[in-house]
Amino acid sequence: MLRMTSICVSLAHKSVSGQRMTNMVQRFLIISALAIASTIVSAQPALSHEAMTGRVQACISCHGKEGRTINQEYLPRIAGKPAGYLFNQLLNFRDGRRSNPVMAHLLQPLSDAYLREIAAYFSALELPYPAPDAPKASNDTLRHGETLVLRGDPARKLPACAQCHGAPLTGVAPSIPGLLGLPGAYLAAQLGAWRAGQRHAQKPDCMGDMANALSPYDVSAVTAWLAAQPVPSNNKPTVSVAALAAPLPLRCGGVAQ
Amino acid sequence: MRRVLAVIVGLATLAIAGLTISLFREVNGSAISSAPSAPQATTTEQIARGEYLARIGNCAGCHSARGGEAYAGGRPVDTPFGAVYAGNLTPDKTTGIGTWSADAFYRAMREGRSKDGRLLYPAFPYPNLSLTTREDSDAIFAFLINRIAPVSRANTGHALAFPYNNPYALAAWRLLYFRPAAQQPDASQSAQWNRGAYLVQGLAHCGACHSTRNALGAPVAGHTYDGAMMPGNDWYAPSLTDKREASVADWPVEQIAQWLRDGTSKTGSALGPMAEIVFQSTQYGSSGDLAAMSEYLKSLPATTAKRTSNATPIAPVNDAAKRIYSDRCASCHGDNGEGKADAIPALAGNRTVTMANTTNLITLILKGGFAPATAGNPRPHGMPPFYHLLTDADIANVATYIRSSWGNTAPALTELDMVKYRNALGVGR
Repeated sequence: MLRMTSICVSLAHKSVSGQRMTNMVQRFLIISALAIASTIVSAQPALSHEAMTGRVQACISCHGKEGRTINQEYLPRIAGKPAGYLFNQLLNFRDGRRSNPVMAHLLQPLSDAYLREIAAYFSALELPYPAPDAPKASNDTLRHGETLVLRGDPARKLPACAQCHGAPLTGVAPSIPGLLGLPGAYLAAQLGAWRAGQRHAQKPDCMGDMANALSPYDVSAVTAWLAAQPVPSNNKPTVSVAALAAPLPLRCGGVAQ
Repeated sequence: MRRVLAVIVGLATLAIAGLTISLFREVNGSAISSAPSAPQATTTEQIARGEYLARIGNCAGCHSARGGEAYAGGRPVDTPFGAVYAGNLTPDKTTGIGTWSADAFYRAMREGRSKDGRLLYPAFPYPNLSLTTREDSDAIFAFLINRIAPVSRANTGHALAFPYNNPYALAAWRLLYFRPAAQQPDASQSAQWNRGAYLVQGLAHCGACHSTRNALGAPVAGHTYDGAMMPGNDWYAPSLTDKREASVADWPVEQIAQWLRDGTSKTGSALGPMAEIVFQSTQYGSSGDLAAMSEYLKSLPATTAKRTSNATPIAPVNDAAKRIYSDRCASCHGDNGEGKADAIPALAGNRTVTMANTTNLITLILKGGFAPATAGNPRPHGMPPFYHLLTDADIANVATYIRSSWGNTAPALTELDMVKYRNALGVGR
């Protein structure tokens, strides 16, 4: 199934006759790849919500009942995140690109097919988001963070976060996560882990490159601003990369584009 | 008198010279030339057979780094003497086995010696693999050479402490503990039993984890399959001969085969390192081979001899332990430790709960674990980790409670016992 998706995606890359045409072809191919993928997954009848809940108690122990976190600071909420993003993170933990001994231990004997179902289970949970914490940085810092998130820094060739994570910053299905509704400490820890070589994504690791292009001040400004934003009432991710205002500015492993 | 002394000194000198020559010979083995002794006729059947046997031997389990390419090596195999890094088995001509011959591959399996004559560390389980037939070795080699894409990845140097990093130390170890062997069929047993013995003792190398080793990491005569700690001290490979541990003498052969294939049966699931073995290896076993391995495992002499335990005697059940159990455990494992059929293992009568070595019990409470995803059990249930939710006192308390309830009569655990587990697992509170 993965292979099939990547074949479609690589075909999409080769069609280069005009941006609009490319986008349409990409959209068509991605949708058909997803349709094929979903029929293959459904070859094994999906379990009921209750049956899956019984199976994923090991996840709930840390990520909280219904995918909400029990420890605001370092354990992320996983409910409602894009399924492809969650699936990629499960693979990253299982295969050693992200480092957490308990996650690695739990995922070691699980198949790709089952991890995809676990990702879909948490992705489908619709739960309200709590109000954001009061900003924990100065106004200057928050303004710097807002600028980087929404407009980037062309002089430093830094794209805006919104260019990939969507204008409302709620992520892009199926594989780009939203940036709102997460604790500032968690966001800062992730950028820090990338900078320290402790978190990786599939290659090319675009977020690794981004994190390394940021200064420590940029990191604290971006994460402080993001953590202070409310999650919009429509918190759904943008439907696809093709629906973004412009093509992704970076190539990212595990992200169909 | 002087004459006797001279004879003694003479004999001692001879013995030392003999030992030196033996060690020198052992270390300086001959290289095998790249050209095969005779052209190998490779058939698709042989390659398919080799792929199957490589699964049974779980070669990829060590010879693939986590997240790395299959068979390209690089995974550290932890031993009490340091880490041994598995080599690149892809047919790359400079970093892999692309210039090896079937002869060289068979010698590595049988004698633990690389193509260039260098001695291999027995973390590569050649004391077991030595039993593999030439035919099976050739099939695995044909599979690796013909079906695996070459990957250029230079082998990682081992990280062994002195003196274990010295080839003469390894040569001495081999003189003491290793002789190439071949399977000797037992005429008094069935063909199926003999097939099972060949796989369990040889390619599947079950004894590499499940047998006691001495201080130098060598097998101890008379202690085959009687259980051993895994090198990280976070898991215990239970005894396959002790009825209070993992002996299957009382299981029907079909149930043993089902457990090896699906990773679960009505008495419980494979967890921890064994979940990985089922996931990567035994779930692919043919019904014939799984039945054969099961028959052999069932026939291992079973004991119930008392083993020493440093746990304290049975403690009276207290209310705090009962409360932790009902808050944290009962919703899955049931009010009376009865579990749920085909989903959650019972704790009443569960040998992982009651065995003298409590490592696996505590590791499971701290880190949780999933049974392996297999064709027969594609969506296994997972035990949640509790390292962040329960204190050492709570875990010792609730472990004591389940070890002494519903007919279980195992001794208590104390908070002190917990320290080593937290340390081995690297999970603080």
